Amino acid sequence: MSTLWELSISEAHDLLVNKEIKAVELTKSYLDRINEIDGDVNSYITVCADLALEQAELADGKILSGDCGPLTGIPVQVKDLIVTKGVATTCGSKMLENYYPVYNSTVVDKLERNGAVLLGKGNMDEFGMGSSCENSAFHPTRNPWDLGRVPGGSSGGGAAAVAAGEAAYALGSDTGGSIRQPAAMCGIVGLKPTYGLVSRYGLVAYASSLDQIGPMTRTVTDCAMVMEAIGGHDKKDATSLDINIPQYSSLLSGNIEGIRIGVPSEYFVDGIQDGVREKVEDAVEQFKRLGAVVKTVSLPTTKYALACYYILAPSECSANLARYDGVKYGYSYQDTSDVWEAMEQTRKQGFGMEVKRRIMIGTYALSSGYYDAYYLKAQQVRTLIRQEFSSVFSEIDALVTPTSPTVAFKHGDKTDDPVQMYLVDVCTIPANIAGLPAMSLPCGFVEGLPVGLQLIGPQMSEARMLNIAFAYEQSADWYNQRPTL
Amino acid sequence: MERAEIVHLASLVRIALSESDLEMLQIQLPKILEQFDILNEIDTAKVEPTGHAVAIESVMRDDVIEAPLSSVEVLRNAPNSVGEYIRVKAILEE
Repeated sequence: MSTLWELSISEAHDLLVNKEIKAVELTKSYLDRINEIDGDVNSYITVCADLALEQAELADGKILSGDCGPLTGIPVQVKDLIVTKGVATTCGSKMLENYYPVYNSTVVDKLERNGAVLLGKGNMDEFGMGSSCENSAFHPTRNPWDLGRVPGGSSGGGAAAVAAGEAAYALGSDTGGSIRQPAAMCGIVGLKPTYGLVSRYGLVAYASSLDQIGPMTRTVTDCAMVMEAIGGHDKKDATSLDINIPQYSSLLSGNIEGIRIGVPSEYFVDGIQDGVREKVEDAVEQFKRLGAVVKTVSLPTTKYALACYYILAPSECSANLARYDGVKYGYSYQDTSDVWEAMEQTRKQGFGMEVKRRIMIGTYALSSGYYDAYYLKAQQVRTLIRQEFSSVFSEIDALVTPTSPTVAFKHGDKTDDPVQMYLVDVCTIPANIAGLPAMSLPCGFVEGLPVGLQLIGPQMSEARMLNIAFAYEQSADWYNQRPTL
Repeated sequence: MERAEIVHLASLVRIALSESDLEMLQIQLPKILEQFDILNEIDTAKVEPTGHAVAIESVMRDDVIEAPLSSVEVLRNAPNSVGEYIRVKAILEE
């Protein structure tokens, strides 16, 4: 038998149901693993060992009474911008360093009802703003495949933890690629669901029209199991879709005979690393062998998506982050009697530079005189991008692209140049703009570093997309490769 | 982008900037804004804007009273509170 922390969710679940292991043992295995290697990887901001062991004991009780759901007793890391009652939720920011939520996000409530075990909170770029996990106010996370490289971001903590065996799975959030891009760079599976499929209640807002919570797992089956647990309507989120969540994991047949796959030529142009292109092209050949019908398609508005996103997301963030004023919660500068100076100093000292940059860009784009040229224009381009996807999806079932144009880059490579950093998200952003489900899964290695394959589907096509991913995963076997740490 | 424009922007968003922040933003912000020029290639004169990609309108629910958070919980993270109130600095001048 593998070491317990090496097990996938489905493997651990089978052992728990058959009473071959206990949730407490499984949890201890992960806590030991964290103690052993997180000093190098730095994937956690907070580890809540006592709470985890308490929850594991509760889970063991549930299992003994015959009540063992798919996630009961399985240890999870939750990104640190998803609120957890009584457990610090920092958003990777000095602003919220000492923020202890008094309520749970809906997804964490759902996990708790399923008997999940919370190991701790995942490191991230501050408020989700970044693509390398270097914008955390606390520490950068390192890529388990090469500690000199970034894990991707913003959910870099989750991707690194899952790849390194420091959590069985993680919950991340994805505004412009923050689940998929780190999943690709760390060689795991990451899914950004259709906008509205997973409740955003308790997800600290960055760009509300783009943010979605989703699973980060080692296998596609695990991803399906987590989606079943966290998806579904929530009256506390007005953008939540009122639909039934399918039993995704029972729909993984691995048969994709006749499935129509589109390869958009615009995703294979400028800036794609040769090795990444080759691995994704190999995967496309594999899809053909599996019986899929592959055709080249064109999405000419792709080149506008990045600019569109970097207007819309900062605009929304400039409004959402206005709440951090040092009055109700969070960091508060007290060394003055002047109310405005207190606010200006609070925000100067509480926010990191990337957050300040985006608040300023957003405010600029929304200000009178520039609103039509930037914000309105970006919203109109958003319409065109959506329409183009809709039209392509009348002919095909899913798109295949690279997730990230390159493999993981070195720490410090892009920190001085925000424009270079923004380009990292070029393949992932379009799905957020159009509210589409998209996922990344491993499709090989270039010089020992994982490459991610992205699938993008029409809204609500998660079941089919997971099955396409499952068929590829089972035929390619990349998912069994783990970093040596 | 003029220095005065960045100073004005910083005052709108209530963020004090150091001299070195100002200098850096003066270089970076124009480079970022330049990336947005590409959108001018497209004619959007007759295109409706999209706010949310998944259109949901007029979400209603029953008006049912539920147990709210206690004032102690609400104030738990307040930097400065007195009794059941958050204390703020004087807003009106004497």
